[in-house]
Amino acid sequence: MDWSALTLSLELAAWTTAILMPIGVAIGRTLARRQFVAKSIVEALIALPLVLPPTVLGFYLLVAFGGASPLGQFYETLIGRPLVFSFQGLLLASLIFNLPFAVQPVQRAFEALPRDIREAAWCCGMSPWRTFRSIEFPLVWTGVLSAMVLTFAHTLGEFGVVLMVGGNIPGETQTIAISIYDRVQALQDQQAALMSAILLVFSFATISVIYIINNRTRRHREY
Amino acid sequence: MNTNNTGGLHVHLKQVAPIYLDAQFQCATGELIVLVGPSGSGKSTILRCIAGLTMPKKGLVRFNETAWLDTDLGIHCPPQKRSVGMVFQHYALFPHLSALDNITVVLGEASRTRREQRARELLAFVNLQGLESRHPSELSGGQQQRVALARSLARDPDVLLLDEPFSAVDQITRRKLQLELARLRQQLKMPIVLVTHDLDEACILADRMCVLHHGRSLQAGPPAKVMSRPDSDLVARLVGLTNLFAGEVIDHKSAPQITLLRWANHTLECRHRPDIRPGQTVSWIIPPQQVILHRRGRPSRGERENPVDGVIRDLVVLGGDVSITMSVNDNPDLPLSLTLSSHVAHRNHLAVGEHITVSLLAHGVHLMPEQT
Repeated sequence: MDWSALTLSLELAAWTTAILMPIGVAIGRTLARRQFVAKSIVEALIALPLVLPPTVLGFYLLVAFGGASPLGQFYETLIGRPLVFSFQGLLLASLIFNLPFAVQPVQRAFEALPRDIREAAWCCGMSPWRTFRSIEFPLVWTGVLSAMVLTFAHTLGEFGVVLMVGGNIPGETQTIAISIYDRVQALQDQQAALMSAILLVFSFATISVIYIINNRTRRHREY
Repeated sequence: MNTNNTGGLHVHLKQVAPIYLDAQFQCATGELIVLVGPSGSGKSTILRCIAGLTMPKKGLVRFNETAWLDTDLGIHCPPQKRSVGMVFQHYALFPHLSALDNITVVLGEASRTRREQRARELLAFVNLQGLESRHPSELSGGQQQRVALARSLARDPDVLLLDEPFSAVDQITRRKLQLELARLRQQLKMPIVLVTHDLDEACILADRMCVLHHGRSLQAGPPAKVMSRPDSDLVARLVGLTNLFAGEVIDHKSAPQITLLRWANHTLECRHRPDIRPGQTVSWIIPPQQVILHRRGRPSRGERENPVDGVIRDLVVLGGDVSITMSVNDNPDLPLSLTLSSHVAHRNHLAVGEHITVSLLAHGVHLMPEQT
C-alpha cells in the first residue's frame, strides 16, 4: 500500500476543492444570471475538459506551464523552480480540468431559483449580500455540495492530465491513480487491487451522499 | 417632468423599448388604485418600476417629497432604499423557511426575540396564528398569499404594491382574500397599488382604477365613473362595455339641454355635451339597463324618447334576468343589447325573430369624441 500516493492525492483534492469552490460559485452564479454575447463560448470553454482527451489537455497545459512559455518563465523567476513536474503545477492543472465539475452543478442550482425570490428579498430591504447569505445560498447549497464532492472525487481519480503535467515523482506528483498504474506495470497486482478498492469505495460513497441529499431536499421544496 | 406637489405616490414613466410605456398616475395615502388592463398592457412592468426592479428609460417615481426615481436628475434608488412592500403574483416565499422565519429573516439586525415577536404580530394581523412553523409547501395558496402580505408589511413600507395577488387561488379563496384585503386596508395608512386583469376585482377593490393598454394609461377614475363614462371607445372596449356605436353630432338644444346625434336613420337625443361641435363623428355607448322595452300592444308615454325598432337575434336567460340582443332596423351590423327581468320578457312573449321597439334613455347615452 502506497500511503504517500494516497496522502498526496487527498492533499491535491483538498486544495483543489478549497480553491475552486468560491470560483465555481462566482462563475456559476454569473452564468445563471447574466446574458452576454460570448456566454455560449464561455460555457463551452468551461465544459471542454469533459470531452477533451486528458492527454490532449495535459499536453497543452504542459506547453503552457513549460519553461518556454511566459507563465512558466514567470513562475520560475518568482519561485526559482520550474512549474511543471511540481505539486504546484499539478494543482494549477487540477484547478483547470475540474472547472466543469465545480461550475456546472452550481450554475444549475442558481438557474432553478426563481428570479422573484431574490427580488422579494430586495423589496423587503435585504441587501444583496444578506440575500445571498440567508436566501440564495441555503437554496443552492446542495448544488455547491455536489460540486465539491464531484471535484474532490474527480481529482482523486484523474490520470492522464496528472501524468502529462506532473510526471510520476513519488511524494511530489505521484498520485494514487498513477501509483496503481505503476503497480500493475510492476506486476504487483495485489497492491493495485487494494488501492483500486479504496478508490472504488470512496467514489461510490461520495456519489451516494450527493444523491441522498439531493433527493431529500427535493421532497421538501417547491418554488 | 412635472407632477403637482401633493402627497402620496406619483408615477410618470416613459419609454419606447423594450416595452412601450407612457403611464402617469397618482395614489394618495390611504387610497387603493387598481391598474387594470389585458395581459401585455405593461401593468406588472409599471409595478416593477415603482419597486425599483426595472429601470425605465425616462421616468419619475416620487413618494411625498422623496424621489425614488428621477431620470432627469439621475436618481435611481435600489429596491432596498425605497420604502415599498411588494406581494408577488406567485408570492415568492422563501421555500426553505417557516412562515415565521419568512418574516424574521427580513427584519434586519434586531434581536431574535424582538424579530419573532414582530413576526407573530404580523402573522396575527393577516389571521395566520398557529401556522407559524409551517413551511410554504405546507400552506394552502390563500395562506401563502397571507404570509406574503405579512412579509411585505414587515419593513413598515410607505407604499404597498400587489401584483395580481389573487390570480393563483381558486374562486372561493379569492373572494375571501379580497374581502380580507378590503378590511385590512382600512388599517393600512399608505398608498396601495394593485395590478389585475380582472375587471370585477378592480371594481370591488378600487377607490380609483387606471385603465392601461400597451403601456399607456388611458383613463383613471372611480370604477363607477370609468365604467359608465369612458373617455374613449378604446377604454369602453377594454372594460368590456357593449352597445358601442359610431354616430355624428348634429346639433345642441338649449331647452331642454340636449345634444342631437345622428345614428343610422335615427336622430337620438343625448345627454348635453356642448363641448363637441356639430359635424364631429363620435363613438357612443348606452348601458343595456338604459334600453327600455316598449310594452307590446299597450303604448305608453315614454315611447317618444329615442324609439328604435328591430328584430330579436339572441335571447339568453341569466339567473332572473334575460339578456337580449336585437338587430336595429333588422341590420345585423347594429346589434343592440338590453337586459330585462325574465318575467317582463315572458309577459311580452319575447322570442328570437320577434319584432320589438325600445327606447334609448337620453341621459344614458354617453358620447365620446374621437381621439386625436
